[in-house]
Amino acid sequence: MKKEIKLKINGEEFTEQVEPRTLLVHFIRENIGMTGTHIGCDTSSCGACTILIDGKSAKSCTLLAVQADGKEITTVEGIATTEGVHPIQEGFKENHGLHCGFCTPGMMLRAIELLEKNPDPTEEEIRWGISGNLCRCTGYNNIVKSIKYAGAKLRGDELPSTEPEFVE
Amino acid sequence: MIQCKTSKEIGGMGHSMKRKEDDRFVHGKGNYTDDVKLPGTLYMDIVRSPYAYAKIKNIDSSDALKIPGVLAVITGKDLEQYNLHWMPTLMSDTQMVLPVDTVMYQAQEVAAIIATEKYIARDAREAVKVEYEVMKPVVDPFKALDSDAPVLRSDKEDKKDNHIWHWEVGQKEETERIFNEAEVVVKEQMHIPRIHVASIETCGCVASYDKVDNHLTMYMTTQAPHAIRTVIALVAGHVGLTEEKVRVISPDIGGGFGGKVPVYPGYVIAIAASFLIGKPVKWIEDRSENLQADSFARDYHITAELAGTKDGKILATRMKVLADHGYTDASANPSKFPTGMFSIATGSYDYPNAFMEADAVYTNKPPGGVAYRCSFRVTEAVHAIERMTDRYALEIGKDPAALRFHNFIKKDQFPYHSPTGWEYDSGDYEAGLKLAMKAVDYDNLRIEQAEKRNKGELMGIGLSTFTEVVGAGPSKDFDILGIKMFDSAEIRVHPTGKAIARFGTKSQGQGHETTYAQIIAEELGIPAKDIQIEEGDTDTAPYGLGTYASRSTPTAGAAAAVAARKLRDKAKKIAAHLLEVSEDDLEWEPGKFSVKGAPEKAKTIQEIVFASYTNHPQGMEAGFEATHYYDPPNLTFPSGAYICVVDIDSDTFEIKVRKFVAIDDAGHIINPMIAQGQVHGGLTQGIAPAMYEELIYDDDGNILNGTLMDYLVPTAVESPSWETGHTVTPSPHHPIGAKGIGESPTVGAPPAIANAIIDALKPYGITHLDIPITPYKIFKALKDKGVLDKNIVES
Repeated sequence: MKKEIKLKINGEEFTEQVEPRTLLVHFIRENIGMTGTHIGCDTSSCGACTILIDGKSAKSCTLLAVQADGKEITTVEGIATTEGVHPIQEGFKENHGLHCGFCTPGMMLRAIELLEKNPDPTEEEIRWGISGNLCRCTGYNNIVKSIKYAGAKLRGDELPSTEPEFVE
Repeated sequence: MIQCKTSKEIGGMGHSMKRKEDDRFVHGKGNYTDDVKLPGTLYMDIVRSPYAYAKIKNIDSSDALKIPGVLAVITGKDLEQYNLHWMPTLMSDTQMVLPVDTVMYQAQEVAAIIATEKYIARDAREAVKVEYEVMKPVVDPFKALDSDAPVLRSDKEDKKDNHIWHWEVGQKEETERIFNEAEVVVKEQMHIPRIHVASIETCGCVASYDKVDNHLTMYMTTQAPHAIRTVIALVAGHVGLTEEKVRVISPDIGGGFGGKVPVYPGYVIAIAASFLIGKPVKWIEDRSENLQADSFARDYHITAELAGTKDGKILATRMKVLADHGYTDASANPSKFPTGMFSIATGSYDYPNAFMEADAVYTNKPPGGVAYRCSFRVTEAVHAIERMTDRYALEIGKDPAALRFHNFIKKDQFPYHSPTGWEYDSGDYEAGLKLAMKAVDYDNLRIEQAEKRNKGELMGIGLSTFTEVVGAGPSKDFDILGIKMFDSAEIRVHPTGKAIARFGTKSQGQGHETTYAQIIAEELGIPAKDIQIEEGDTDTAPYGLGTYASRSTPTAGAAAAVAARKLRDKAKKIAAHLLEVSEDDLEWEPGKFSVKGAPEKAKTIQEIVFASYTNHPQGMEAGFEATHYYDPPNLTFPSGAYICVVDIDSDTFEIKVRKFVAIDDAGHIINPMIAQGQVHGGLTQGIAPAMYEELIYDDDGNILNGTLMDYLVPTAVESPSWETGHTVTPSPHHPIGAKGIGESPTVGAPPAIANAIIDALKPYGITHLDIPITPYKIFKALKDKGVLDKNIVES
């Protein structure tokens, strides 16, 4: 027995019939066809499926699509604006905050909420803030740097250097 | 500082150019295998064994087949009809695609469901009833060789035990003599734990067979698409899947690290299902399936010995390995040697003699192993030698840094011939260690440590000065199923001076779309931003063996440089024609040829390329295109000097990495930002087995941590803030002097961390702990030594 849900994804309204057991991440990827939200595990451990629901980050593999009825969802496809990329996207590109790109959408969406709540986080606050999201490629140094850069950009502060630093 | 020969505009070698591939990834427009959607796709799910060793008495699919949308339940008996129930491994062993009568490890594939929807396939998986007769498994590799152990591979005629192979190298008698006479001999038994690559994207495929055209398109998470296509043609050519009828496409890959080199049963079943049904079949494994069933890495038990003098001169090493391969040797090892490059285990030190031997055994565990972010078995070798170097220093009371300086292969000894048969290309080990020591302020750290020890605090300093061996490889020693391990580049420059270049390798996050463009930019002066890079499609890319073993820069990167030089030679002829001078009168600077002494008379590379299509000299082939297949004359030998400082809480034994400095020498660096990113990532994959990760099995062969809830992949909190630097000792035989960087940190970091922890525990008589070193292991070791002043109850 399918159930009708109405929700907004990246500003667009959708009315869809879904099986009640459909996971939100499958709904977004399969029913809506937005594949930027990824699946990296089956235990809510990796955070590759992180999206924003009414502005709050959530792991979309841990929710049913029916739970998103009436909500506003933001996925990676919805963070750039007509003026250009979101500061978090710019931060990740300028600071080599990604390698394979698989964890990147979830990581960026988590970071958007983090910076909204804490516009100028310390390194430790960033590390704890993204500890629900796994990255196997980058070793996190440059993800931290990317989020700091995005924070500065959002605050309107002077942007930190994006050059790599080496022990000389 | 890295010197650049090209302008930032051209963006050749040495520029920290931002990555060209990033735009699609930050917009969610990457195209991974699970993102591939074809009309009419069917979904596959897999029934797996709950037991490590059992006879299959019966498989009842009737309830599953009653579920609307379920099209087929495929078993080993079905595949047997097509002789597809077994497949060869890369090590000429055999692996079940689906079992006919016996399962050999927990989570092994037992049957496959094909259904119209993902969720229906999963429902059917639950509805398939399998009756097993459970048997007592062989889990401990040492017990696998007991005379009363069951013979696991009874499918093999004449197999009377669980021994797979024996291998040895070096000077056996001379080494034994040295050990008998040596002033100092140290010995440790160590285990390099069974771990998993755990790339965030799991494995999967979409097999799409077109019955009308008799053509298979295989979208697949593979690091080696060309080799896979050849394997498919060799295995299924008799049913019409000849090589020109098979196209393997490796789309964006969400991390590989060696785990996406093997052919897993799921790929084969998906192909068979699509072939029989004539529709696309998608199979994407779960994380738990990935951790529990896909190839593991490591799992070497090593008895390591070192002989030396009392004043710190290393004389010989002896190592004996027991390798646990699970139920089949499915190693992703392209070398002639069953232990891969383990014989690099004399490391950065001038060993006059060495002897190494290894035996491999079958157990009831998943097959493997893969070369997880290392050339095959280098990580195991480096851990053993770097641990033993520290062990020796401890024994004779010498500082581990001083001991290393005393025994390093010196800069002027290269090319260096190791006692196990390698020819190291180049290195400057002293320079790396000096830089690392300066960066951590080594002498003051030792003073601080002495003060802390007086107060009973636990602080440790660990070194690892390793040599890697990468870039497989020279055709004399390296092949996959007979195909030599060259790699390739094809550069095509369009009339307007923009280019496309295609390669036989496949990036999984290494940034090839940027770095290959930079190599070509360096050689041709065409801006890197104007060069599009393509990989992963066997219909368009030149043949190559793929990306692993840090081989992309040593092989395909070299091919790019050589192909570009062919084009530069052609450009020179065209420039001479256009400028009406002899070629000898021309000189090159990045981006143009000019007349010597008259620099205003010049032709840019773009003008020359345009002329190759519009005004080429008579008798010269038109167009501007070159291909090169590069067979490396030798491997490359990157090195590193890593120093780790740890503080251990004396109540909880929590280990905190306070500082970690990694100095790498990978020869000339193409893009310092990307190279550094590779080091950061590799270091985190080094701390993982050093402190957190190990696949654990109980006596019944049950995996105890087969999900990401239990298998601790480090988060940003577990990972320290890494500090990196480099020395530059070019490879003399590589066209651009590069050596490869991706794997050094994974290889070099674990012993630096382990050495630091053991160093912290030095006052208490602890000489070795197996990785992963956890607070509990420290507590247990101190308790066993009777040095715990508190009576902590063991939990």
